[in-house]
Order: sequence, then C-alpha cells, then structure tokens
Amino acid sequence: MHASLPDVDPLVAGLADAIAPTLTPDTVIVGIHTGGVWVAERLHAMLHCTLPLGTLDISFYRDDFSRIGLHPQVKPSNLPFDLEGRDILLVDDVLHSGRTVRAAMNELFDYGRPASIRLAVLVDRGGHELPIRPDFTGLTLAVPAHQNINLSRLDDGHLTLSLA
Amino acid sequence: MKIHIKNGRVIDPMNARDEVTDVFVAAGKIVAIGRAPADFHANRTLDASGLVVCPGLVDLSVRLREPGFEYRATLESEMLAAAAGGVTSLACPPDTDPPLDEPGLVEMLKFRAKNLPGPRVYPIGALTQKLEGKMLTEMAELTEAGCRAFTQADAPPTDTQVLLSAMKYAATFDFSLWLRPQDVSLARDGVAHDGAVASRLGLPGIPALAETVALATILLLARETGARIHLARLSTRESIAMVRAAKAQGLAVTCDVASTHVHLSENDLISFDSHMHLVPPLRSLRDRDAIREALRDGSIDALCSDHTPVDEDEKQVPFGESAPGASGVELLLPLTLQWAREMGVPLMQAIDLISWKPAQILGVPGGNLTVGSFADICIFDETAEWVVTPKTLASQGDNTPFLNQPMQGRVRYTVIDGHIDFESPH
Amino acid sequence: MNLQLTSDGRLRHLLTLDGLPRAILTQILDTAESFMDVGEREVKKVPLLRGKSIFNLFFEPSTRTRTTFEIAAKRLSADVVNLNIATSSQTKGEAILDTVDNLSAMHADMFIVRHSQSGAAHFIARHVAPHISVVNAGDGRHAHPTQGLLDMFTIRRFKGEFHNLTVAIVGDVLHSRVARSQIHALTTLGVPEVRVIGPKTLLPTGVEQMGVKVFHTMEAGLAGCDVVIMLRLQNERMKGALLPSAQEYFKFFGLTPEKLALAKPDAIVMHPGPMNRGVEIDSEVADGPQSVILPQVTYGIAVRMAVMALLAGGATA
Repeated sequence: MHASLPDVDPLVAGLADAIAPTLTPDTVIVGIHTGGVWVAERLHAMLHCTLPLGTLDISFYRDDFSRIGLHPQVKPSNLPFDLEGRDILLVDDVLHSGRTVRAAMNELFDYGRPASIRLAVLVDRGGHELPIRPDFTGLTLAVPAHQNINLSRLDDGHLTLSLA
Repeated sequence: MKIHIKNGRVIDPMNARDEVTDVFVAAGKIVAIGRAPADFHANRTLDASGLVVCPGLVDLSVRLREPGFEYRATLESEMLAAAAGGVTSLACPPDTDPPLDEPGLVEMLKFRAKNLPGPRVYPIGALTQKLEGKMLTEMAELTEAGCRAFTQADAPPTDTQVLLSAMKYAATFDFSLWLRPQDVSLARDGVAHDGAVASRLGLPGIPALAETVALATILLLARETGARIHLARLSTRESIAMVRAAKAQGLAVTCDVASTHVHLSENDLISFDSHMHLVPPLRSLRDRDAIREALRDGSIDALCSDHTPVDEDEKQVPFGESAPGASGVELLLPLTLQWAREMGVPLMQAIDLISWKPAQILGVPGGNLTVGSFADICIFDETAEWVVTPKTLASQGDNTPFLNQPMQGRVRYTVIDGHIDFESPH
Repeated sequence: MNLQLTSDGRLRHLLTLDGLPRAILTQILDTAESFMDVGEREVKKVPLLRGKSIFNLFFEPSTRTRTTFEIAAKRLSADVVNLNIATSSQTKGEAILDTVDNLSAMHADMFIVRHSQSGAAHFIARHVAPHISVVNAGDGRHAHPTQGLLDMFTIRRFKGEFHNLTVAIVGDVLHSRVARSQIHALTTLGVPEVRVIGPKTLLPTGVEQMGVKVFHTMEAGLAGCDVVIMLRLQNERMKGALLPSAQEYFKFFGLTPEKLALAKPDAIVMHPGPMNRGVEIDSEVADGPQSVILPQVTYGIAVRMAVMALLAGGATA
C-alpha cells in the first residue's frame, strides 16, 4: 500500500521558516549522515548561515554494534568549529526510535560541551523508544512498524520521500 | 588350545600361498593347513569367511614406553594395542628411561613382556652407553640378554669416529646396526621439512641434506667395515636413490619407512597441527611419492608403524614445542592396505612388507604360516570401515595425525603363540 | 584460513594475512581510514568497545607493539589487561591453555597474542570459546598481520593504488614474520611485482612459491622500485654463521642514499622498526624526505583499532 507522500522542498521550506526566528549568528547546523546532511545542506543555504556546515557520522556511537557490527562505509565526521558553549541545530531526515539522535548527541559531547542542542527533523514517523522529541518537524506521519520511510537523492540533486 | 580357523583367505608371502582354506593350531604351533589333522577337536573355531588370514604382523618400531615413560603409556596398554593391530612380534627402541644399555634392563623388559598378553617383544639395544654417542655398550652381553640389533634411536652419533668404531665392533660379531640417518648440525633446531611449506609457516626447517649427508657417511663406513646395516625411517627421495645404488653394488643394507610417511607430506602441516610433528619430518609430495613407489619396487624393504605414544599435554602446545611422534601400531595394517589399494599392489606383496620382510630384518622366527612354526596369526577384515578416535584406539597414545579419519581394514583376531590374544568385540 | 572466518565470511580471528580474501583486507584498510580522524580529535575515544575486555597475552616481550595495541583498545573504550609471561619459565609455569582458560573465565572478549613459536596464535584460536577473538601480534617467524596491514595502509596513503607498484623487501626474510605477512598482503592486494632482496643465507627455501621474485643484489633488486621496505637485522644472525659481520652486510645490503637512488625518484622507504641505524639503513635515508617510517607508527594505531572493531562487532556465533 503506497500512501502519497508530499514533496520534500516545501517541507524543507516550512522548516526553514520555523527555524529562522530562533537562529543566532553563532548557531551551527550539524547534519547526521546521510539523509540528515542533505536536509542540513538545504537548510544551511536557505537560512544563509555564515558558519560552515557540520556533518556527523554516528557509526562509532551506535548502540547496536554488538549485534550487527561496524557499518561497511564509515564517512568522516566533520565539525569545523569549536563546540564549546555553542548553540547547535542538529538535523536528521527521519526521527524514529531516537537512537540515532542519542548517538549523535553522545558524539557531539566528545567534541566539546555545547550550550544547547535543538533538533530539526524532516519527518517524525513515531515509534519513539527514547525521551527525544524534535523541536522542529517538517511532517508528522505515523508509519506502521513493518514499513520504512526513506529519503533519497536523485542524480539531479532533487530529494524525494518514499515508503518501503 | 586347539583352534580351527575356518574358510579364510590364507595369504602367506613366504610360502607364496593365497587361497581360501583352513588353518589348524595346536599347542602353540600351526599343525596343518588345508585338511584337519586326525582327531583334531577344536576348542575354538574361528569363522574366517570373508576375512584374510595372514602371518602375524612384525612391526620394526613400537615404543612401549617402559621403563621410565609410564605417564605416556605402559607395557600392558601398548602390548594390547599392538595385538589389536594384528602385531605378533615387535621391536622396541632403546630410548626408554633409563635407556636399554645394560643386560639387566633388557632382561627385565623381556621378562615383563613375556608375562603379559601381547606380541613377542624384541628389544633393540642401545649402541652407546646412555645413548650419549660416546662409549660403546656391551653389545655381545646385550645380545645374549635378547637384543636383536643396536641403535642410537633418534639420537644419532655426532662423532663419526664412534660410529666407525661401533660398526667395526658390531661387524666382529656380525651384529646388526639400525641407524636413522640424521646429521645433527644440519637438523639443529628444525621441526619441519625445509621446503616451501615450512618457509611459508615460518617453521625452522630440517633440510633433506640432514638425512642424505648422514646416509652417505653411513654407507661409506658400512662398505669399509662390512657391518650389517638397517636404515630406519627414510624420508627423502635422494636417500632412496642412494640405498638403491648401494644395494646394486652389493652392500648388505636394508631399510624401512614409517606408515605415516607413505600417506602424509609437508602440506599436511598447514594448520600447525602438532599431530603432524614427526621425526623424521613429513617431506614434500615428491618425497612421499618416491617412498610409495620404492615400496612397490622393493627398494624399501619394510613398513613399520614407528609407534610413539605421547601424552596429549605434550601435543597441546604450539607446534615447535610439541613432542614429536605418532601413535600408530593399530594403524599399520589399514595404512598399508590403503597404500596397496591406491597403488594397485597385490595384497600378498603388501602383507609381505609388514610380516615376512621385517621378520627377516629382525632375524626372528615369524612372518610366515609354515606348518610346524609358531602360531602367530593375524585375521583381518579387509573391508571393515571404522573411524580413528580415542575410543577406537586401544593405545594410550591418541596422538595420531589420522584422528577422525576413516580407515578401511581392521583386525578381528590376533593369535600369538597359539593363544587368541586379541578378539575384536564386533 | 577457515579458522579466521565465520561461516558467512566475516572476520573471527586475525591470525595471518595468508589466505584472507582481498575484500577483507580492503575492509580493514577502509575502516582504519575512518579511525584516523578519531586520533586527530581532542577526545580520541569512541565508545565502540565499551564493556569489552581485551587481554594482551605477550609470551614474548615487546613494549612498542603492546603499547600500540593498548592505545588502540583504549581509544575504542575497551578495558585492557596486560599479561607479560616470560618465556623462560614457560615450561615450568602454567601451560598456555590453562592461562587461556583462566582468562576466558574472567570474561575476556579478545586476546592479543605474541609468542616466540610459529603457530601459537592458531593454537590458541582453536581452543578459545566461540565468543572470543584472537589477534596475532606476532608468532615466531610466521606472521605479524597487523604490521602487514599497517604497511599496506602506509603504501596506499602515499601511493594511492596497488595495481601498478613494484615493491622490494630487503633483508632477513628467513626469520621475519613481518616480511611474510607483507608478502601475502601485497600479492593479495594485486601488487604486480613483489621482490625480496638478500643474501642466500637469509632467504627461505622456496620463497618464490609465495609469489615473489628473488634478488641477491641491491643493484638488480631496487631498480624501478616504488616502495622499499627494509627489515631489521638482528645480531644473532652473525653468531649463527649466516653472515660474517654487520659491516659487510651494510656494504652490500644496507640502504644508503646511493642505493636508494637506484629506485624510482619518488620511491618511499619503509621499516617496521625498530631500526638498526648503520646496519640495514643509513641515518640519512631513515631521516630523509623519502622515508615514511614515522607515519607508519601512527597508522598502526588506526589499523589496530579497525581490526579490533571488526572482530568485536557483529553477531556472535
């Protein structure tokens, strides 16, 4: 059964509108690989951030390492700024259990002690297993447990959502 | 005890017999083959239908581990193991603790063995005192005590003068010297054959030269002194060629190989299994194939087990630290049969290598089923399939490279001196 | 080799590079690459192996290798225990298997083993419980897989690819577990020409069968090389009648600037360490622009982190 999903661009625009009033010049945007980085790149451009974009690979901080081992492709994390006392906007594509965000926060704290972290997600699909809630949400959509909602990037750079 | 062995395929190389017939045993001797003697009432009738009846096997090297190494095995256990392997006469090396360098020790061993069920035990005496390679032993006294030959076992002499002297002395009395050719300095520190496999595994190597250099010395000394020499446990193709040439020149020399070396090679070391740690080492495939061929063409005179039971703790260590040797008196028969099958060699010729030929080398009665001779008989099932496990082996030594391997050929009865000393439970 | 891999082809132990598929070697190198960044952060730790116990079982003493394993394990947040078991008391002391069993009972997850006997790591790996992994930190002359891997990592970092290289290993290959591991790695990774250079007394019998070309002079062997790996020459070799003197060895097989000039101008010089300056390598070369000997050391930590992470993670049997 395939529900029709909205286009991504309006969702990102909606997010940017919600975030903009809360942004300070010192806030940094950090995207979580891989989908979160795509969304973060869009937001970074739309919000005209002067500070560079940060990217996080959470492979080394996942809590399922003992069960499934190391992910075959670990991308480098890149945080080209000092985290100490910083306001961070953490961005991910889909919020589900919350474990990815927990891992990302653990990793951020290994780099330094931020002043605050707020979370922006493109889609909140429910099924939270941890007390983590987004501050900014593009779309709230209850997705059954046996299905996955995925963000993909096409060759022309266009982002789309799909259900599988 | 009167025994009627019925309907077996009687194979007796010495008398060139290969036919299905009956064998009759009484008072420790073979009293008839074919037709029962008058008034023969058997106490036991053994149905040998489908089985082979051959002379009891003569194994030229079986370590019984007494005296001194009882933690590895005992006289009782190893003699029973030998009987389970169809062996009715065996030669045991002198490398016990203390070594068999004195008549008293030899007599004690013979006495102990005589009172136990199992094969006739023929000790091979130490060539030098304490096997140290320096001073000769009282070879004549030892011979009177029962030694059939003299050897340095796996402690070859480093002093060539001593070896020359020993040969001259032995030649005086026409004693036989059993020598394993090994140059101590070339073999020093080595644990595996110096070839591509040892190089890959980083195991210190023993080059083929260690055997051939020593062999050349032995052959030259033998030619000079006229001593009777038996070369024990050859392992290289070059050695075989040298022995062939020496025999062709009329030198009184015989040789044997261990049954392990007929089937295994350096390639079997690839997993560092210390059960493959043997002396001499397992060599290249070309060496192994030369051995297989030389057994067929008679260049190698006999096959033996070189039975060397070792405590499992001594094998459960890294390869280079492990005690070398394999337990194998119960595998001599099936391994010989396997070689014969693979090489297309007739059964008679195969049995000859483990019965009549070694009996001649050892210079003892046995190895044949002549009417009137001692009843030392092996009855085996050529087709029986079994798996080598600590349970199926009677020896206390479970250290065999053939662990968990299937074997074909198993002894059903072993008759020694007219007594059924082994009877298989199945 | 099957001992090293699980039934679905994942790494279970790291004992030797001989027979490991190319994909696994590449996976280790790629994973090591991602761990390089960790070393550059302020907090040089990731929580990957938190709660795991790694035991350094060094039957042969070594400070350098043991320290790099310890650092690597700690950067993965593992607990590390060091055991130095003197080899002289080996026969009088506890049997290896008893030591291994006792430590396994203390909830060990991984053993890093160094031993003077070839095959020791295989031996231990055959006996440990299914959930324990064994890393060979050097066994006799046989293998030193993590060293081989970090050497490959170094080559890849400086040369990019393997498929067009000529690599020479110079020195005492006969006694070198490092050389053997390097040869297996180089041939598996597709290096078209692997050479060994040394006097006949220091080259193993049948070494060509490992896939190398044999040279007995530097002049012939170094021509056109992209990578020159120098092996350490130990003093025992003179005593063992394999060589007459360090001086004569240096004259013919030592790497001097003149000899290095025989290789390609952009050739890199490697050495697994520790160096014997003036015996196998001239200081001018060791400290010169073509030497990558110091970076090799830092790569060792990332590579060992990668190995431990790949072994510790994933479904247990």
